[in-house]
Amino acid sequence: MAEIIIKNLRKEFGAFTAVKESSFTIGDGEFFMLLGPSGCGKTTTLRMIAGLELPTSGEIWLDGEEVSQRPASARDIAFVFQMFALYPHMNVRKNISYPLVSQGMPKAQVQAKVAEVAKILGIESILDRPVGGLSGGDRQRVALGRAIVRNPKAFMMDEPLGALDAEFREHMAEELRALHDRMGATTVYVTHDQLEAMQMGDKIVVMNHGVVEQFGTPQQIYDHPATLFVADFIGSPSMNFMRFDGAINAGQRSVMLGGIEIATPEIQATVAPRPLVLGVRPEHIHLSDSGKYRGQIEAVEYLGTTQIITLAASHGRLKARVPSGQVARVGEVVGLDFTASTLAVFDDTTGRALRTAANAGVHHG
Amino acid sequence: MAEVSLVGLSKKFDHTQALSDVSLTIPDGAFVVLLGPTGAGKTTTLRLIAGLEKPDTGDVLIDGESVLSDMPAQRDVAMVFQQYSLYPHLSVRENLAFPLRSPVLNVPEPEIAARVAAVAAVLQIAHKLDNKATQLSGGEMQRVSIGRALIRSPRIYLMDEPLSSLDAKLRADLRVELKRIHSEMGATFLYVTHDQIEAMTMATHVGVLDQGRLVQFGTPREIYEDPVSAYVATRLGQPRINLAPVDLFGHGPNGATQIGLRPEHIAIGSGKQATVRRVERLGDQTRLHLTCDGHDLITLTDVHTSLVGGETIAIHPENPLWFDASGNRIR
Repeated sequence: MAEIIIKNLRKEFGAFTAVKESSFTIGDGEFFMLLGPSGCGKTTTLRMIAGLELPTSGEIWLDGEEVSQRPASARDIAFVFQMFALYPHMNVRKNISYPLVSQGMPKAQVQAKVAEVAKILGIESILDRPVGGLSGGDRQRVALGRAIVRNPKAFMMDEPLGALDAEFREHMAEELRALHDRMGATTVYVTHDQLEAMQMGDKIVVMNHGVVEQFGTPQQIYDHPATLFVADFIGSPSMNFMRFDGAINAGQRSVMLGGIEIATPEIQATVAPRPLVLGVRPEHIHLSDSGKYRGQIEAVEYLGTTQIITLAASHGRLKARVPSGQVARVGEVVGLDFTASTLAVFDDTTGRALRTAANAGVHHG
Repeated sequence: MAEVSLVGLSKKFDHTQALSDVSLTIPDGAFVVLLGPTGAGKTTTLRLIAGLEKPDTGDVLIDGESVLSDMPAQRDVAMVFQQYSLYPHLSVRENLAFPLRSPVLNVPEPEIAARVAAVAAVLQIAHKLDNKATQLSGGEMQRVSIGRALIRSPRIYLMDEPLSSLDAKLRADLRVELKRIHSEMGATFLYVTHDQIEAMTMATHVGVLDQGRLVQFGTPREIYEDPVSAYVATRLGQPRINLAPVDLFGHGPNGATQIGLRPEHIAIGSGKQATVRRVERLGDQTRLHLTCDGHDLITLTDVHTSLVGGETIAIHPENPLWFDASGNRIR
């Protein structure tokens, strides 16, 4: 297994730049997520790591060796695609053993290896079945088996759950993560689904327009988004943005929104008057009679344990996540409190978060 | 808008019983969501109401009158399919206006223009009105097909997983929009999905289908808090309800074989030892994957908990649900 270091990686397709100077490190044994909307460069990045595309410039270090210009076959990486490509005329056992047989591994060793992988994946009972009649889940497991059996240095997965329905997807996500916990193999996983990334990843890189927006653990990225893009992309419902004009003096512990003072973490930057954004996660808005900031309830969405309240306020539409026991009536005007220690302030022009006592140490892209 | 009733509907395809004796009333102005996995009979129900299939037995009543002998067009329903179906040679504007241009309706042009503009604004496609349908992304095409239904005022809207092909953000926006449209227009909706969030957030009533049978019908809160069976209990709630043998924490009521524990039914602090297998941080919630006496349980904890994998905590049940051997609720 291996550490993967990406340095200033860049990929151009003619005049179009798919990936711009990206740098990040994938730790040995990490489950690493490349997350972003379609067209953000995440799949291109994965394909460059695997050797299916050669970078225009930059370096890829795999287990201490620079491999950026080597073909895929010389990198010892296994790739799992969105559409599980199995050999339809072979049974499960032959599908899984194929990579070993084609390497010329002795038969007895192949048998032992296939048995081991089948046990890990829980598919021992279907080894002699044709792949044609298998369920979606079993096909997925066979495809994984074919990747695992080679003992590669790392696994690359390109939206392997993308084609599955919600329930089954959740199940396979848990299974993949549990498999990773047993094997500890370095895995790079591409997805556009933020929940999947949060759920499975040890680390996440968030990409947009070919640029790495942020790199960190799921909780860091969620709690302290480095940019407006990340704040909006991660979390459901996403972070509320309250736009206002203002100036900041370093050391300030609040901002003024429409004449109402709202406490924030200590802001460590000084900025001249300009458009700013106060960022508030839905679960950090509380309905409170004493809250000076007011909003009118537009909609209530029941979610079991919690409910989402949509409010019209003077700085736009806000969404609050509150316990479902709390009474909220559409049309009512309510006071709002914000959990000060969790708030973020962004420069609306650059889209970047101002440095505060809370987000110091966050990795920008 | 209208009340729609299904009376003892059954439908078989070859050897598959798609629907078995389903009776259900969709009140005028209700937003009914049919929830179930693939193959539960959701789409078949819609197609029977729309007149695209004929039931083997049973009846479909709209405002108290049987519509079984009516052609689909005569039933005055609007259906949105999972797969968008647009006229590729027409612009978005023309696609949206198409249902209103039907000679039967005879809608004046200024009204058509106003309604197209209103629907386009709601669905966030106003800037694409003059594009050809083929120049749209999948998500945009699906919004146009929803728009083509919304532009009319049929007796009922029938929607077959209309949001499943859209990305998460747009899905969340459209959930709120569809709900707003519903409350503003007072329209009747029958909406089928396998997405529990759509069911919980939009529905006035949820019908849970299991292999062609309607197993429970009620408000989202009733279905979540008071499920009739273990199957229904697993349909709503994230993380999903934990099901474990009845004696995991001592005794249950007579006849119970399983204990059902939603995260809010698991109290941390005292009780039985459980090992933390994994701490899953999802941002707004943190899930604890526990092993208790060999059984895997998932619960929620403080978002910024300091717990890590390998630690041991004590847990006990609080107002759990109980189920018998066949999965029925024991109260």
